[in-house]
Amino acid sequence: MSGHESSYTPTNGFTKWLDKRLPIVRFANDTVVTFPTPKNLNYWYTFGGILAVCLAVQILTGVILAMHYEPNVNGAFASVERIMRDVPFGWLLRNIHANGASMFFFAVYIHMFRGLYYGSYKAPREVLWILGCVIFLLMIATAFLGYMLPWGQMSYHGANVITSLFGAIPLVGESLQTWILGGPSIGNQTLQRFFSLHYLLPFMIAAVVILHIWALHVPGNNNPTGVEVQDVEKDTVPFHPYYTLKDSFGIVLFLIVFAYFVFYAPNALGHADQSIEANPLVTPAHIVPEWYMLPFYAILRAITFDLGPIPAKLLGVIFMFAAIAILFVLPWLDTSKVKSMRYRPVARQFFFGFVAVCLLLGWCGASTPSNPVFPALQGEDALVVSYTQDGVEATSTYKGGGEAYVDAKRFMDGLPEDASPSLSAVPAPAFTFSQLSLILTFCYFGYFFILFFIGLTEKPKELPESIHKSVLKRHKATSATTAPAE
Amino acid sequence: MTEQTAQPLDETVDDDRRNFIHIATGAVAFGGVAAFAIAAIDQWNPAADTRAASSLDVDISKVPLGSEIRVLIGGKPFFLRHRTPAEIAEAEAVNVENLRDPETDDERLRPMQDGKLNRAMLITSGACTHLGCVPVGPAQGNTGEYGGWYCPCHGSEYDTSGRIRKGPAPKNLPIPNYVYVSDTVVNISL
Amino acid sequence: MKAFRILAAGLAGLSFAAMAHAEGGAAHPHEPEGGWPFEGAFGQFDLPSVQRGYQVYREVCSSCHSMKLLSYRNLGEQGGPFFDPEYPNPNNNPYVKALAADVEILSPTPNEFGDYDFRPATPADQFKSPFANENAARAANNGAAPPDLSVIVKARHGGASYIYSLLTGYPHEDAISTREVTPAVVTTPASDNGTPDDPTDDIAEVTTPAVIQTVIDVSKVHIAGHDAAEGEHGEAGLLIQPAGQYYNPFMAGDTTPQYEGDPRHAPPGGFLSMGPQLLPDRVTYADGTEATPEQMAHDVAQFLAWASEPKQTNRKSLGLPVMIYLGILTILLWFSYKRVWRKIEH
Repeated sequence: MSGHESSYTPTNGFTKWLDKRLPIVRFANDTVVTFPTPKNLNYWYTFGGILAVCLAVQILTGVILAMHYEPNVNGAFASVERIMRDVPFGWLLRNIHANGASMFFFAVYIHMFRGLYYGSYKAPREVLWILGCVIFLLMIATAFLGYMLPWGQMSYHGANVITSLFGAIPLVGESLQTWILGGPSIGNQTLQRFFSLHYLLPFMIAAVVILHIWALHVPGNNNPTGVEVQDVEKDTVPFHPYYTLKDSFGIVLFLIVFAYFVFYAPNALGHADQSIEANPLVTPAHIVPEWYMLPFYAILRAITFDLGPIPAKLLGVIFMFAAIAILFVLPWLDTSKVKSMRYRPVARQFFFGFVAVCLLLGWCGASTPSNPVFPALQGEDALVVSYTQDGVEATSTYKGGGEAYVDAKRFMDGLPEDASPSLSAVPAPAFTFSQLSLILTFCYFGYFFILFFIGLTEKPKELPESIHKSVLKRHKATSATTAPAE
Repeated sequence: MTEQTAQPLDETVDDDRRNFIHIATGAVAFGGVAAFAIAAIDQWNPAADTRAASSLDVDISKVPLGSEIRVLIGGKPFFLRHRTPAEIAEAEAVNVENLRDPETDDERLRPMQDGKLNRAMLITSGACTHLGCVPVGPAQGNTGEYGGWYCPCHGSEYDTSGRIRKGPAPKNLPIPNYVYVSDTVVNISL
Repeated sequence: MKAFRILAAGLAGLSFAAMAHAEGGAAHPHEPEGGWPFEGAFGQFDLPSVQRGYQVYREVCSSCHSMKLLSYRNLGEQGGPFFDPEYPNPNNNPYVKALAADVEILSPTPNEFGDYDFRPATPADQFKSPFANENAARAANNGAAPPDLSVIVKARHGGASYIYSLLTGYPHEDAISTREVTPAVVTTPASDNGTPDDPTDDIAEVTTPAVIQTVIDVSKVHIAGHDAAEGEHGEAGLLIQPAGQYYNPFMAGDTTPQYEGDPRHAPPGGFLSMGPQLLPDRVTYADGTEATPEQMAHDVAQFLAWASEPKQTNRKSLGLPVMIYLGILTILLWFSYKRVWRKIEH
């Protein structure tokens, strides 16, 4: 590929013969062996390799699970439990697949934040970034479809909530929803089509991953300095063995975390209600998605007001999809010529704030919207006596501790018999998760727009001349600081 | 660190390729993949519930004299045939040496709990040893030329001991693993 | 970068902590004294306790609760309570066969006349369900179908501790009393349709005879594992049990509508249709263990924990070698990686 002459020379008769007909060995050699890679990539860059492993593991275990799974509303739940009980090593494969989804998202979020921090979305890597966003969208779709398959309570009611979002789209919404569900509600037909698509989408992800790697290899890797490669000899090392080994090291560290969940906490990331078979008549007390969807779920729920002709439900859907859609246009929102946040003192602070906003949105997504954010600061509930006096409904409020109850009780006893008083507790006004979500939603979108203005005004730090020089400088700095200790 | 090495990188790497640490790392990594492959391959084996369905207690007291019952165990057919004294005599009178798959009638029976053979009850697999068709027998009114079973697919003929006598099948109808749980109940397992 | 790492780790921890919330309204389940033997990275089931737990299930729970995902053979599989190394195939294990044959089931396959016979179960059969279907279960249990217990420990926040707490958490009989009320005096939500001017409602109140209510004196309810909060719930107040329902502080729900007292301090928990079951000596253990309610609850909760994940033993025993393997591979890769990079400035 460009900037990189093929260094492959076939060694024997067969490879020479093959190279003239299908240069697949040459292609593999140029892609994963000799590909010149900046030599200053840190561990945050190993997440690309980690994600490739995640995808391979999910496809492998998924194909195996499909051999035992039964996509039928009567048998789905039991067949998943059968995998856990009767299939040889089924418990292992299913725990890997179920926790693998979480690990996949964990890795992809770090991979995305790394791209945001080092400006990997900027020219000439816009297409690379957009392909990554397409992969992320496909991952969300795959995870959502797959979450339906165990046919637990959260599967059913979660899918119910999400598919009803499509119903919020004007004009076509209801038809679209019926079309997705294949009926008036989620049923056997829905489960079957979700299973079919859940099997298909990972291969589409794999296809886009190939494009993603292709798009990576045309401009080459970005790097923590954001300075492009100038001298291949000085600035880069061949991908193998330098980065194959570094990536492998990162992958194994990641696998330790993965294995911890698989072997010691396989249900920690799931929800107990998933172990109750789907029952359309009983909705769980709190519908929450898997943790990796929580920030988007929080944005969806944050919008509780109508905006002009747009009802709140549709507005929530618009904001939730916009939260992903805005990533697609990010290369053109960020106006700074400097890629890496290392050299952008102002934008860098906003980046850390953005990470915090995303995590806090996740917290909001997991919490009940009407609950107070700071229970410790929550004042005591007020007591309200509702009664009727002369045919008119009236209320009387009492605030305070135990004496308020005594007062309220005395007041109730003093009322005439036909007043039919009732006593209830009304929470004191507080800062709720619903309000916090709304603020955070605006912060989330605000970050992308603020990047536009920071890029125009910010005075970046001095950039290193080249990757090579920055490496040398860093080594001098560390040897200078460690010298006195010796 | 010293200044950047001037020599080409590839050479230093190649020199180092046989270093012990790299070989050890590669071997251990390969071992891990192989261990995972064991799990991924073992799951092709029958699951515990499938294995549990591969054994059956059958009450043989209800098999009518001169006829048979057929049972399915784990999806495979088995014949339980209540032979008449004439059929038993016929099975025992055969000169074993002339058979394609030489076996005496006694070898094709299993002892009861008291050690004796129940000659009236012949239990065989119900799949023709040629290509696995299910032969017809007394219940279908066709016992073939030798009084046992006849396979309609390619014309194999079995005698009253389930031995192949004519036709393309290479072997006698196999005897399954079975034990007499009592005088009237046999447990057949795959 | 360091600030970023600390911030990210802290916030990630916070959001995970937030996810691990207790089920709303109920008291937090507590472990039995001494904890569970199967907890932790090396924890294994206490098999004699699981065996006793099967006895409790069989003699007490199974009259209402099904366990459709289990078969009798599971009891004799490796890691199961009645596993015998002499019989790796549980279908041949005579003890498991006897346990199965102890139960008479309706054969799932028809006989030669097309009818379904009753016969003793075999190890391959599923656990017998007490009711033919959910409607029958609901009809026989006052409208509330008893949940299937196959994966109940996975299906409840708090797991085995929840089962244990619930079974032992019913209020002591000292706290329970009955009183006679005439509906005209006390208007409970159940007898008031909410429209004071509705004449039918008033007539119903006048003509309804006095009813016997079961009330619980909340000040006498001791919630195990919640000693610190005693004062909070120690206020005098009466909890009125709806007919056919039982108060339990560990049941998810809301007691406020049934609470006569300060609604801000309604006791935790809710009402369920199952009354206290594990009364002392409800079962007689063959091994001589005293059948106290705590002992029976402990045993049956452990049995249900095993039933929810029979492969837990395999999982943990494979986990250790995998972790050791990954540790070794990490160290080897580190040296391999450092060796390759030793001549490169990076």
